[in-house]
Amino acid sequence: MSTTGVSGEDRQDFTTRENKAIRVRSIALLRVLVRPHRVRFGWTAIMIVASTAAQVAGPLLIAWGIDIGLPAAVDDGNFAPILTIVVAFLATGISAAGFLAAYTRWSIAISQDILGELRRRIFAHTQRLSLEFHERYTSGRIIARQTSDIDTLGELLSGGLSNLVAGLLFLVFTAVALVSIDPPSGVALAVALIPIVAVTWWFSNASRREFRASRIYSTRLIIQFVESMAGIRAVKSFRREPVDRAAYAAKVEDYREATRRTIHVFGIYDPALKVIGTLTVAAVLLFGSFRVIDGTLEVGALLAVVLYTRRFFGPIEDLAMFYNSFQSASSALEKISGFLEERPSVVEPANPAPFEASRGDIVATDVSFAYSAGNPVLPKFSLSIAGGQTVALVGATGAGKSTLAKLIARFYDPTDGVITLDGRDLSSIGDVDFRRAVTLVTQEAYLFSGSIADNIRLGKTDATDDEVTAAARAVGAHDFITALPDGYDTDVNKRGSRISAGQRQLVSFCRAFIANPRVLILDEATASLDIPSERLIQSALQKLLKDRTAIIIAHRLSTVAIADRVLVIDGGRIVEDGPTAELLKGSGRFATLHRAWRDSLA
Amino acid sequence: MPTVDAESTPPAGAIRGLARILPFAGRDVYGLIAGMVISLISSALALGIPIALEALVDGPLRGDDPTLVWPAVGLIALLGLFEALFIYLRRVAVLTPGTRIDSRIRNAIYDHLQNLPVAFHDKWQSGQLLSRAHTDVGLMRRWLSYGAVMLVGNSIAIVLGIAILFTWSPILAILFLICSIPMFVFGSRFRNRFTGLSRAAQDQWGDVATSVEESVHGIRVLRSFGRGNDSLSRFAERATHGRNLEVAKGNARATLGFWLEWIPDFALAACLLVGVWLASEGDLTTGQLFAFFATAAVLAGPIESVGYLLALTLEAQSGLDRIFDIFDRTNTITSPAAPIVPKGSAGSLVFEDVHYRHEGGDGDVRDVLNGVSLEILPGETMAVVGATGSGKTVLTALPARLYDVTAGRILLDGVDVRDLSLDTLRTRIAMAFEDATLFSDTVRNNVLLGRHDLVGAPASESDAVLAQALSIAEAEFVYDLPDGVDTIIGEQGLSLSGGQRQRLALARAIAAAPAVLVLDDPLSALDVETEARVEAALRKVLSTTTALVVAHRPSTVMLADRVALLDNGRIAAVGTHSELLATSATYRHLISSLSDEPIDVDDEGGAS
Repeated sequence: MSTTGVSGEDRQDFTTRENKAIRVRSIALLRVLVRPHRVRFGWTAIMIVASTAAQVAGPLLIAWGIDIGLPAAVDDGNFAPILTIVVAFLATGISAAGFLAAYTRWSIAISQDILGELRRRIFAHTQRLSLEFHERYTSGRIIARQTSDIDTLGELLSGGLSNLVAGLLFLVFTAVALVSIDPPSGVALAVALIPIVAVTWWFSNASRREFRASRIYSTRLIIQFVESMAGIRAVKSFRREPVDRAAYAAKVEDYREATRRTIHVFGIYDPALKVIGTLTVAAVLLFGSFRVIDGTLEVGALLAVVLYTRRFFGPIEDLAMFYNSFQSASSALEKISGFLEERPSVVEPANPAPFEASRGDIVATDVSFAYSAGNPVLPKFSLSIAGGQTVALVGATGAGKSTLAKLIARFYDPTDGVITLDGRDLSSIGDVDFRRAVTLVTQEAYLFSGSIADNIRLGKTDATDDEVTAAARAVGAHDFITALPDGYDTDVNKRGSRISAGQRQLVSFCRAFIANPRVLILDEATASLDIPSERLIQSALQKLLKDRTAIIIAHRLSTVAIADRVLVIDGGRIVEDGPTAELLKGSGRFATLHRAWRDSLA
Repeated sequence: MPTVDAESTPPAGAIRGLARILPFAGRDVYGLIAGMVISLISSALALGIPIALEALVDGPLRGDDPTLVWPAVGLIALLGLFEALFIYLRRVAVLTPGTRIDSRIRNAIYDHLQNLPVAFHDKWQSGQLLSRAHTDVGLMRRWLSYGAVMLVGNSIAIVLGIAILFTWSPILAILFLICSIPMFVFGSRFRNRFTGLSRAAQDQWGDVATSVEESVHGIRVLRSFGRGNDSLSRFAERATHGRNLEVAKGNARATLGFWLEWIPDFALAACLLVGVWLASEGDLTTGQLFAFFATAAVLAGPIESVGYLLALTLEAQSGLDRIFDIFDRTNTITSPAAPIVPKGSAGSLVFEDVHYRHEGGDGDVRDVLNGVSLEILPGETMAVVGATGSGKTVLTALPARLYDVTAGRILLDGVDVRDLSLDTLRTRIAMAFEDATLFSDTVRNNVLLGRHDLVGAPASESDAVLAQALSIAEAEFVYDLPDGVDTIIGEQGLSLSGGQRQRLALARAIAAAPAVLVLDDPLSALDVETEARVEAALRKVLSTTTALVVAHRPSTVMLADRVALLDNGRIAAVGTHSELLATSATYRHLISSLSDEPIDVDDEGGAS
């Protein structure tokens, strides 16, 4: 079994070696994220040191107040020492608070910058990964990575990191202060470290296991949530609610149990530290008391020692909290780093030479394609489409037409062979140049939230209002758009629900028009249109396609009328190929199909 | 006693929020209360330690009786151990109740969202919904089982601690209190600022989640136009706005933290000065002074924690507001209190002057459906033809009450659909949508989705229904899938082509064996040959089933006995295909593609 990329995402039973590999991967990612902020980190740490030092000085000053200021005042009526001490106390107090506020600000800014960078990376990586990956990795999982995993990491970074630094420093300062006042008490602290380490080791192992489970269940919960909200129409009309409810409740229960366990583990760890702390304080106190009675220790010093020992365990609890959120965050980081480790199967060339399509010649040489080895969707074929030609792909559903279209649009790379555009291998063309040259319009016309105009501008980001309107007029979308409440500025809402499927396809056509590519690929792009709209689009297409290369897949053979050439595909093979008129006259598959289609119109 | 704990009392909003959570708590509320009581006990034990210390300092350490050191230290150790025990017990007490309330709210939100009408879902992106149903609920749980418990425990501890300070020295205690007053000012200033920020940030992260969701669902469009970078920069913009809100929140917390740290220190400094003076006057013993500061040190923890707890409370509060935003949406489409149980199931469907207007549409926006009257006889197949955007899809969604009519009514076998229980109604009416939604489940479960009656029925029976439906919809390809009809499909399973998905959605509607079948352009993604085969098979089903079919192509229209022409929100004409061809120019324009001559494009200048 593998843990590379997202493949180990649902497993909890990692071997020691796999655990290590995952941890190395996570830490490497964390390091890369933190590196740009190391200077700010340094300043923050200095402020934390300053603040902590000032805070640690507090008990010491109170002890001096009682041991030096009090006798001076009581015995000699001399208030100068106590005044000095009080002023010093005020000064340390204000600087402790000032530095605290400053480093809180800084550490939040740093952690938010790190999270922002991570969000950006995940988002960019999502866009970079091939469609092949997206077809098996659900959208819910990516959403889980971007929301609940990031949130978990955020908890660590915003609160935890300063807790860690401050806590560690507090420990060191307190220990130093304690030893300087009363070295023997330091020994008690040193002894206490042994059980602390032991309990922490136990906690580390137990919590890693539980947090990992909790991440997995939380992802499952999100996946179902997203899926059933997106498919709410079908859920309702087939009364799936009870089934979904039961399935969701079961996932909620799994998640609840996992959460309960993570909290429970910490619920043992935290009081265990308290017990160790109490016993240490008691030991220090017992030993100190006898020395006070002996006269070898001042009462004030004893107070300071006791306060310091107590304070020593305060930050240990902070550290425990930090460690808790660290465990939680590292299981989130494991998933994120795994996701970022996925390599796209369609890779953009490293230093592509600039490319501008000229004629739009497409040549496929000895190309074959298989999703999995030994199971070819498209067996080896060669094909040449001259620039400016309009080619119709015809064949039954599942014959491989869409796959061919996606190969030319470089949604996939061929398993074997080479496809070129104007003589350049597609895989050697930079993405921006390539997408400017080749556009694929699919049947599923997705609208993004925002206005209609924004959605059309997806085809050309800097299009003017006039260009947008012109494109809409050309494809016959202008009338319905102006009839909408806010015209071109109408918000399309989620999934374009108020916009009908046909209207969405019109908007999607507008995008293609405005993008104005050399090569246009239409995959069932008119399936939901009524006949007049389709006719309008066809006449627009005739103008548009006059001097560019086009590949059209349509079940309605009316579209074929505008094609110069027809390819009939069956079982992944090109079985007929020729000029439209010629094929129509013959008695091949296309002629038969076309006749059947004309009959269906009668 | 002044209201010293006003600072740390949960804000009024939190109490209101808590009251709204109560129904979800049930008996688990006792667990939470137990947690608060236990938390109070552990704080009280912590406060007992300075008292024991005072006894130690003013007793054995003065040389009264050295052997008394043992019991005094033993007592202190015991107090500490009990404190640890009670911390453990507090966690145990709230652990299961906290997570159970969390689960109940999660399930309740999910149920509620499933019940809310489609019109609600049209407006709410699932990213926003998810951030409420997941992130905000998690926040609520943390607050409930930690924040609220600690807040109550700590507030009482602070009161108790100050009371103890009074026993050591009333003057010092009053001084301490007076010096602490500014904390209330800064606390309430913080509350005002933080509440707004926290809500804004939560809403913003919901929008960010929506961006993520869209970028994944629309990835093919982004890829094909090479717009990955643009969507990235838009996303980054939203995320940066969220970051800025978080930083502003952090700054507000930092400012409060400053005062919460500095004011008690200031108070202590004042107490030290006055304490020493009092001691010099002989009004205070060293032990009392010692104990005063030890108590104040114990108090420092709870006071400092107020900042964090207050922030957590405010965040939970705005999270709760967001959660109840959803609960407060009433479900307008519900089963009637006393549903009519229809006798016959002939399957007649009548639209009587039906109007529909999208929710929130202004007065000047015309109704999408503006007085549709249409009668579909039992067993009849009625095709609906209309231009793109004429309201066909809305029309098909009305009978099963995915939307409710805004005026007029729809009768199923003579009964207003709103007088039937939703379950009965949706058992009788099955739909196939144009964009076929398949769930991450087996082929079998996807196709037999509407057949709740087959759950637990002999396998042979459900197999027969499945096989028949698959055969009519020409979806036998599923037998060639890796695990046949038990192959997992949908987002988490095997991905299928558009045509394959559409045929499964059709099979699903057929398998439901409804009285009325509603098909929204069910064959749009099929090739001509497959379409012809499906239609031939479908004809047999439709001969006995009432059907409403949205059609774009003549071939689909041919399935129907009669055709209704939808134009401008009304039924412009009803008749057979040939009647309408003969009488209606609009119909000819819409359905006839035989005219080979190009139609004039009125708007020139489009294609560049």
